[in-house]
Formats: sequence, C-alpha cells, structure tokens
Amino acid sequence: MSKDRTIFKIDWISVVIFFALVFFGWLSIYSTTFEDPNQSILNLSTLYGKQLLWILLSMVIILFVLSIESKFYERFSSVIYILSLLSLLGLLFFGKTINGQTAWYSFGSFSIQPAEFAKAAVALAIAKYLSELNVDLKKLKYQFSTLLIILLPIGLILLQPDAGSALVFFSFFIAIYREGLPGFYIWFGLLAIILFALVLLIGSTITAIVTACIVIGVMFFLKKQKKKVFPVFIVSILSIGFILSVNFIYTNILKPHQKERFEVLVNLEENKRGSGYNLYQSIVAIGSGGLTGKGFLEGYSKQGGFVPEQHTDYIFTSIAEEWGFIGSSIVIFLFIAFLLRILFLAERQKKPFSRIYGYGVFGIFFIHFFINLGMVLGLVPTIGIPLPLFSYGGSGLWGFTILVFIFLKLDADRQKLGS
Amino acid sequence: MRKLFPYLLLSFTAIIFLARLVYLQIFEDKYSDISEKQSAKAIYDYPQRGYIFDRNGVLLAGNQPSYDVMLVPGDLEPFDTLAFAELLNIEKDQLLKKIRQAKHYSWRKPSVVTAQLTKSEYASLQENMYKFKGFYIQKRSLRDYQMDIGANFLGYIAEVNNRDINRDPYYQSGELIGRQGVEQYYEEELRGVRGVKYIQRDKFNNELQSYKNGQSDTLPEKGKDLSLTIDANLQAYGKKLMKDKRGGIVALEPKTGEILALISEPTYPPSYLVGRKRSRNFTKLWYDTITRPLYNRALQAQYPPGSPFKVLTGLIALQEGVVNTNTSINCYGGYRYGRGKILGCHAHSNPIRMISGIAHSCNAYFSSLYLKTIDKYETPQEGMDNWNKHVESFGLGKYLGYDLPVGRKGFIPDADYYNRAYKYPTYKWYSSATISNGIGQGEVLTTPIQLANMTAAIANRGWYVRPHILKAVNGNPIQDTTYTRKQFTTIDKKHFDPIIQGMHEVYKYGTAKWVQVPDIEIGGKTGTAENKKVIDGKVIQLEDHSICVAFAPIDDPKIAIAVFIEHGYWGSRYAARIASLMIEKYIKGKITRTDLEDWLLENSPKEKYEKIDFMVKNDSILENLNFNE
Repeated sequence: MSKDRTIFKIDWISVVIFFALVFFGWLSIYSTTFEDPNQSILNLSTLYGKQLLWILLSMVIILFVLSIESKFYERFSSVIYILSLLSLLGLLFFGKTINGQTAWYSFGSFSIQPAEFAKAAVALAIAKYLSELNVDLKKLKYQFSTLLIILLPIGLILLQPDAGSALVFFSFFIAIYREGLPGFYIWFGLLAIILFALVLLIGSTITAIVTACIVIGVMFFLKKQKKKVFPVFIVSILSIGFILSVNFIYTNILKPHQKERFEVLVNLEENKRGSGYNLYQSIVAIGSGGLTGKGFLEGYSKQGGFVPEQHTDYIFTSIAEEWGFIGSSIVIFLFIAFLLRILFLAERQKKPFSRIYGYGVFGIFFIHFFINLGMVLGLVPTIGIPLPLFSYGGSGLWGFTILVFIFLKLDADRQKLGS
Repeated sequence: MRKLFPYLLLSFTAIIFLARLVYLQIFEDKYSDISEKQSAKAIYDYPQRGYIFDRNGVLLAGNQPSYDVMLVPGDLEPFDTLAFAELLNIEKDQLLKKIRQAKHYSWRKPSVVTAQLTKSEYASLQENMYKFKGFYIQKRSLRDYQMDIGANFLGYIAEVNNRDINRDPYYQSGELIGRQGVEQYYEEELRGVRGVKYIQRDKFNNELQSYKNGQSDTLPEKGKDLSLTIDANLQAYGKKLMKDKRGGIVALEPKTGEILALISEPTYPPSYLVGRKRSRNFTKLWYDTITRPLYNRALQAQYPPGSPFKVLTGLIALQEGVVNTNTSINCYGGYRYGRGKILGCHAHSNPIRMISGIAHSCNAYFSSLYLKTIDKYETPQEGMDNWNKHVESFGLGKYLGYDLPVGRKGFIPDADYYNRAYKYPTYKWYSSATISNGIGQGEVLTTPIQLANMTAAIANRGWYVRPHILKAVNGNPIQDTTYTRKQFTTIDKKHFDPIIQGMHEVYKYGTAKWVQVPDIEIGGKTGTAENKKVIDGKVIQLEDHSICVAFAPIDDPKIAIAVFIEHGYWGSRYAARIASLMIEKYIKGKITRTDLEDWLLENSPKEKYEKIDFMVKNDSILENLNFNE
C-alpha cells in the first residue's frame, strides 16, 4: 500500500499531542540547560542543541517506522525481541559504564541505551504471544510463559544495574490483565503496595488492627448476604502475615540507600540536607512556582542549580517553577489526554495483536508518567526513570517515538489487518 | 472491569497529582520564601553613624572604618582551620567555638567570627579570604573620638547581644548598637538605616546577578548628626579641675534646661571602649569596684544634699506664710529639740532672719522654719504631704526625665513613709522626728543633676525646663515640648527674691566669700553631706562630702551649677572653688584667678580616698556584697 494512505489514516490527534509534549519537553530542556543567550539553539555543544538534533532525527525514525509494512511488526516480533535481549546481554561485554550503570553502547561522543528500545520490543513480543489463539491466561502454564517474556529483559537490565528501567516492564501487567489474567494477581499486588505504604506511614500494629477491623466488617456483611466468607478470611490471614513481615523486609532485605528513599518521603524536613536534599529542592522549586510561575528562564531554584538532574529526571520541577500551577497542570492534562487517546485507539483495534500492543504502549507510558511525577512531587520513593518526551536523552526519545509510532502505524492499518 | 481498570488508574493518578500541585503551589506559601532565601543573599551596606557635636559645633565623636570577619554556616566548606585561626590571630579552639555558636544561631544569617580588625590585619586577610568559603569581611564604622571627654554621657557602641536581637528584629548578629549615654538614648537617630542589596546565587554560593533586578534593594540612610547642649570647653575644664577627685559636676543653662557640662570622675577616655580591646577594657572598668569609673556620679549618686536644701525650706516657709523675711529667730549656737538633742550651728550674730540665715546657713533657723511649715497643719501627716508636694515640684524625689538612659529618683519622704517607719497608727510621730529634713539631712536624698535643676528653678524664680542633652538633630533645633516647656514650681515668684539675695550674700560675706568672681554676681549655697559606710559590720562615719550649688549672674542667670566632691569635707573647700571657676570659665571664657585654679590642680582628698579604699578593700563582709551594687 502506498504511504499516502497511511498518512491520511494515521490518528492525527495522537500525533498533535505527541509533538506538543515533545515541544514543551524541548523548551524545558532549553530552560534548564541554557547558559548563554547568544548561542544558537542548534549549537551542538549545548544539551538543548543536541536534543533538538535528536528530535529532528526522530522525524526520520517516524517516517521509517511508518513506511514499514504493519504485518512486519507482528511477524518479526520474536526476532525483534530476541535481538533486543541480545543487545541487553551485549552490554555486559561491550557496554560503557556511566555513574555505575553499564547501560550504554558508546560510539564516539554518541551513546545509545538499549533498554529504552527493549520496551517496544517486549511490547511486541507480549502482543504476539498473547494474541496466539491457544494462549489461555487462566492457565498457570501460559501465565508462566508470559511472565518469562517480561522477566528475561528485567533480569538483564537488573544486571546493569538499573532498577528503575527494570520496574517499568511490570507495566505490561495492565495489558496482560486486559487479556484475561485472573484479577486476584492485580488486586493482591495493589493490596500489598497499599499495606506496605500504610505500615511505613502508621506502623505495623495500627495497620494490622485497621485491616482486621475492615476484614471483620466485610465478613459480617457477607454473612448477612449469605455469601462465602472463607476467601476473605484467607486474604485477611495473608494480609496480616504480610503486614507483620514488612518490618522484616524493610530492615533486612532493603539496602540502606533504598530505605532512605522511604524515610525521606515520610520525614522530608528532617532529611532536607542529607538524603532528602534532591526531593526537598524539588518540592521547594515546585512549591515556589505558585499559580503562574516565575516566568520562562526565570526560575531561581533552577538558575542556582539547586535541583539536581534537572534536565533529566527532575525536569518537571523547571516547568512547575517557571510556569506555575497553570503550566504544570496543562502538562499533566496533555499526558492524560495522550494516554486516554492511546486507550481509545487500543480498544478500537479489531486485531488482538494491535490491541495488546496498544495496551503495552499505554502501560509503559503510564508507568513512566506516574513514577516520575510521583517521585518529583514526593508521593513515590525516588526511582530514577525519565519523564517521557521531556527528559533529556536521545535513546529515551527515540525509544518512545518508535513505541508510539509502531502503534499508530498498526492503528492506521487496522482495517487492512482486520480483514 | 478489565477495560475500566486503566481508566481508574488514570483518574486516580490525575486527581492525586493535581491535588498535590494545588497544595504545593497554591495553598502552601513557605516554599516561595525558602526558594527566595536560599537563592538570594543579602549584602548589607552600613551607613556611617551620625556625628556628635557639642553646642558650638566642636566634634566629639566621629567615625573610623573597621572590618569584621563574618560567617554564614550554611556556606561552609571544609577548610584549614589552623591556618585560618592564625590569619585571624586567634586560637584554633576559639575559632571552632565561634563556628559552633554561629551554627547554633542560624545557618543562613551571618555571625561575627572576629570583630573590628585593624586596617593592617584586614589587608593581609583580604588576600586569603577566597580560600575560606562561608567567611567574608564586612566593613563597618567605629567611633573615633576627638577629645578625651564625655565618656559618661556619650556612651559607647558595642555588638548587639541576643537580647537586643530578640527585642528589635532590625538587628542581626554582629551589628553595632549604642550602649549608655547619648549613643544608647539616640540609637535610632544615630545609626541611620542600613542598605541591603540582594544578589541571586547558585547552590555553590556563586553570585549570579542582581536578585529580581534589584527591586527589593534599599539604599543606606546616613545616621543623623546630633548637636549636644554640652559646651566642650567647659566640660574639659571641669574635668581638669576634678583632677584626683571623685564626684560630679552638672552645669545647666537655667532658661533652657540645656546641660552645659556633665562631669563624673573618675572616668575613662571614650576611646578606651572602641574596637577589639573594648570588651577587655570594659571588663576592667566593670570590676573596678573601688573607683567605679562606669558609675555616672553626676546622674546616679544619691546623697543628703545638706545646706543647699535650706533654701527650699526657706521658700516653702515663705509660700506657706509661716514666716516672713523679717521674722527673727533666736539661735543659741544650735537648735534644741526632744530630750537634750541639739542641732549644732555655725557662729553668727543672733537673732537671725531669712537672708542672713541663708548666708550663715543657720541650722536653728531652718529647723524652726521646717517645724512651723509642718505644724501649720492639723496633723503631721498633712503637713508632711504638703511639704513633699512643694519639694517635688523642684524635680526632687522623682526621675527628672532627661534624655540619658541612667538616673536615680533620689528620695523625698512623705507621710506614708513615716507612717510605715513608725508603725502608725499604733505609734504616733510628730514633726520634730523628721526635723533633719529641714536642713537637707536625714531621709532626703538628691542626685547632683537634681540639685543643679533645683538651682536653675531658683535662678529662674519659680520654673525650670527639664534638663536635656540634645540640642539639635542635623542642625535643626529639637521641637519636643518635653524639653522646651516650662515646669512651674509651687512657689510664687515673689518669694524668690529674698532667697536669691540670701544666696548672693553667701558670696558676699558667707561661706563662699573667698571664691567670689570679680564682676560676676553669683548666688549659691555650700554644703556638707554626712555619709556613712558599713565596714566590717560597723557603721562608720566617713569624711563629709563637699557640696556647692550656684548660679550666675543673679539677675540674668546663664549658668546654674551643682558640684559635689566625695569626702571633700567643707562645701567651701573643693565644691565652691570648682563652682566658682566653672562659672567664670563659662561666662568670661577665661580664668583670672589662676592661683585658685592651681590650688585645685594641686589639692585633692587623695589621702582620704586611699584610707577609705584601704578599709573597703580589706573589709571581709563588703567584698561579698559589692558586686550587686
């Protein structure tokens, strides 16, 4: 089919939001890395100049992604997955170590981070596997194989080690759940997270008492309705057991620097000079933005370099400081709109492969958005993952571009694929 | 549910994030302040302290530059403490202690590490400052005194302490504040307002640019120059005459209440409390409990005034109409009262009247006048309170309200006081029990400035203007009615003439006839004040204090003066001589009687002081008590 048809059918709403995010992202990078107003914006010795180059190159990538036959992605998904795993494995031998992480292949002054591209590869592999007719997620065997597809790259990435990037792959559970994974996996996971947070916040005893009260209430209610009480009882026993083991996990399994990340959340003021410095400065920069912000390029937390990693993980702080509540809520709405659009597109796919891939895109994008902003706002423990399309970095930008535009290509060709 | 799940996740996330943003950015204000504080640093520009001039424009206190080493603990980086301590010329431990104290005070606000470096210390330090992050040098100005006079009314300047900072948030650690005297009383006028320049900085404390384009910056306002009412020449002359003596002199201009001279000896040169040696020197002065140089005798010393008080007794008696100027009273060498008690008297003709009574300072005459005044009323209580009201109208027994930070009320007894003392109504008391009041002994206590003010009120024939030391601010005469309004006494004008005539005759043939000044008509009164001290648990009667009050010329008074010399014996021995020379110096501008001047420079009650000091020093009991004084 000719390229023209694809371009007409492509979902322009997604494309517009995508480029709006890219544009605001670049402005923020410009603001955080700009030093000399006389420099050209294309000066490659500056970070914003480089990022602009990555953005321009990503256009080429988009054209390339869109020009490939959509059948190719489905058919070659396993190959792409295996190549991706090999690229991660190769890091152990040929990778370049920066800040203690062997996460890059280096070509002169130019480095590439394969984990960013693995996200699209795993999404393709999951979509391919789950769309096989015989795969039934109710069965333990298939559950296990699916988990393996995710755990392989996670394992390789943990070897770098890059816990943040590894965590991202758990977002595929959203897609897997959509395709029929029994709900209790998700609910147990969420319950465990909530209980863990509660124990850290209010202590294990109170959490246990609160949980017990809720369980007794629910059981009493179920008994009146003449429903089965036994499963609830099992869950409550498990919960209480989990609550009591949180302290053990916390003190014996977590490493000191990981523990600090929780302590900082609970007691920021006390840790503001030590382990909590980054988060404290992040909160101060955001909070000082007020309703309308201090104006583009005018943030003095930013100018003074008080917030660390501001052009990468903490880039949202410069938006919040300089554009205030108005600017930061616009950015949040853009992300939400983009994610809603992806969901909408995914649900309208006729082919399960496209739908599952769409959910994978949603999951990856969502978890980055949730964890990065949650961390910057002091709601989630510090986990170093970038804000998609905003944080500085070529690999990240290209990884997301490929991830999203494969889906847009699949969506543009949905009639064809479905027939 | 499976399709709904991502939507639930999304809406939950959106709500949480937006709520958190609303809280951080809209409801919580503190982050703006924190952000501003950490990214702006204030650079202070201290204005020059106002100059202090005398009434004729003679500069008493100017300024000299000084340099302080300051520390902002939040900006500290590890440094070679030993090298820095050597540069500062202090012990390493002392430096570490200063750093600890600074951290305790504030992480962001500057604290002083070493104050008031000399110019040469500053020069060698300046070159090395860049090695010590967190420290910087702050320029300030210090006092520079042109003349060795006036420490007792000028005061000094010192670093603010924590109490000052808590009381007035204007001050920050290391800033200077006036203490004592004019420096304290007129601190706000003298200090001006410091300017501040905010500089935006990064987290390494590098300066980036002017903060917010300098919209919160302020310019320093120079301190105001004060002109005092003091006459520097007269002040210096008085100080010269006080050589080796202890006591105080207060000279006022009767018409205006302006303080022409305020001398307290022993004192210290004002430059003694400037710069780094200030605190060591201050400690020395503070612990000198024998000569007490910090004790402002002109304002704080309280004594029974003795004979000068008799003129008030006379005035009150005339006002109450219990005598007239022709009433004559017999004096048989003393006044007998009670059972065989007697108030001794000087030799003079008999009987005696008002004018000669004053000239001869007759105890019998004034005791009798006093009793008549009190006994005019039905009860001694009424009489006592009436007398008290008259006396207090001369500014005695209460704070005078002058513009200097120290003073004493003195004491003028009233009916309440005697009721309590005699446990009335269980026991009764009568006027004769209080008879010493009539001749300025007994319970009556006054300070030299109160006596000078009383003299001014007599010179003015019935009114005074509250004594004050500030004449003009930046050349503009003061407008404050506190120091321009006349305060009237309760005595009618007509009663003053005979009293003044009596005081004039003191100089004609009375106790002060040897210290007349040619061509100047003086009115005055000498006196001696008994004083006692408890030494080794026993009350010991010490040598009397020598006292003199005087004013001149009697028809158009230009100066009223009170002089008192501790343990100077007769009023005429030291006090009257000094008063006479001061009057001549002020009115004529020169001294004709150099023999008198020479006598004063050569003579002093030095041996008396040595004797008393020796007794005090060796007193086992007083040693423990003296600190509280």
